[in-house]
Amino acid sequence: MPLFRDDAVVLRVHKLGEADRIVTLLTRKHGRVRAVGKGVRRTTSRFGARLEPASHIDVQFLTRTSAAPGAAGKLDLVTQTESLDNLGARLSLDYGKWTAASAICEIAERLTAEEGEPALRLYLLVLGALRALDSGEHDVTLVLDAYLIRAAALEGWEPALDDCAKCAAPGPHTAFHIAAGGVVCGNCRPPGSARPAPETLLLMRALLRSDWPAADVSEAFHRREASGLISAHIQWHLERGLRALPMVERG
Amino acid sequence: MMYEGPVQDLMDELGRLPGIGPKSAQRIAFHILSSESADIDRMIAALTRVKLEVKFCRICGNVSEQDECRICRDPRRDPSIICVVEEPKDVVAVERTREFRGRYHVLGGAISPIDGIGPDNLRIRELLTRLGDGVVMELILATDPNLEGEATATYLARLLRPMGLTVSRLASGLPVGGDLEYADEVTLGRALSGRRSVE
Ligand SMILES: [Zn+2]
Ligand SMILES: [Zn+2]
Repeated sequence: MPLFRDDAVVLRVHKLGEADRIVTLLTRKHGRVRAVGKGVRRTTSRFGARLEPASHIDVQFLTRTSAAPGAAGKLDLVTQTESLDNLGARLSLDYGKWTAASAICEIAERLTAEEGEPALRLYLLVLGALRALDSGEHDVTLVLDAYLIRAAALEGWEPALDDCAKCAAPGPHTAFHIAAGGVVCGNCRPPGSARPAPETLLLMRALLRSDWPAADVSEAFHRREASGLISAHIQWHLERGLRALPMVERG
Repeated sequence: MMYEGPVQDLMDELGRLPGIGPKSAQRIAFHILSSESADIDRMIAALTRVKLEVKFCRICGNVSEQDECRICRDPRRDPSIICVVEEPKDVVAVERTREFRGRYHVLGGAISPIDGIGPDNLRIRELLTRLGDGVVMELILATDPNLEGEATATYLARLLRPMGLTVSRLASGLPVGGDLEYADEVTLGRALSGRRSVE
């Protein structure tokens, strides 16, 4: 029964039985892993505090099946954890940030369909987004939307923001259609397309490219419009409804 | 593995209970099979009574045999101070400390966006209604000392502070990550008396 050690972000916790907890982790090297923390809900537990949502930890697992953590079969056991950063504890003290962190974690879980399959870029994106929320340098909504649009791009669902999503006619275009995959030209435009402000499309481009100076000076109206399009875009690709995203408290 | 009709049905029902896996369900089912009929009748009666006779207090949400629970009916309990907890079992934990003479409000859980539980799914509106008559002066937020409990307290503190009440949180010293019900009486008592007001 091999031991594995990795860095991880805690995406979700579930109560199990009397005092245990199932934790869903996004690890640096082993992708998404679900594991059991024994007795962590007892107040005498040494590592309960570290197995909390949005925490950044160094964790050791005991895999109870085959070669790699997260393989099918019995859940792995958490045998040791060290805190790398108490991100979750700080985020829980600000309700808006906490709801955004919950949405970030939920979407990371949904984007890692296969347990144990490495997802390094998503791991770095999640960690970066949680750190940015914590630092408070940028608006909560902007941090969340930058994460969402970049996570979509990682999955190969980058929304078209310049050339027409259908025929690739060079932009700029003014219509945006979720199912078509982004901006559409006058010929391709399906009925019911949205007509976002040009500044909204600029903001979405800035978020996709981490152009923070441009994003930070955007106006509230364009932020709201971009949030709506980005949420609709990601929900459309994920199909089943997201729970945390609609509960995010946007400033 | 599958058993004959009624045994499998019982195991399926047991397996739906919290914390009972297939193995435990099987063990309990066979225990029940080998038990005396009188013991089983008592258990059936207890199950039936709990659904028929126990309800939730219309004021605080705690379990109760009447419309209002024993604590809400007790005139010796201080009506000016309310201890807000997640679950009825947390009322029991705080009562065990004998440190608290006020009343309770049971939320019915903690805010957990990832599980689809927001403020509207908890008994927060009922709490605000209770504060309407001006009798309550202080609220102690005694949600679980884990991050969902903390986030719930953060939300409530922000909601309640503008109402001019003293809002306090259990003193640190409770180990983080645990359930309130597992805190021993001494530690929980100390956390109650050392509560700090939320800025
Ligand atoms: Zn086109
Ligand atoms: Zn009551």
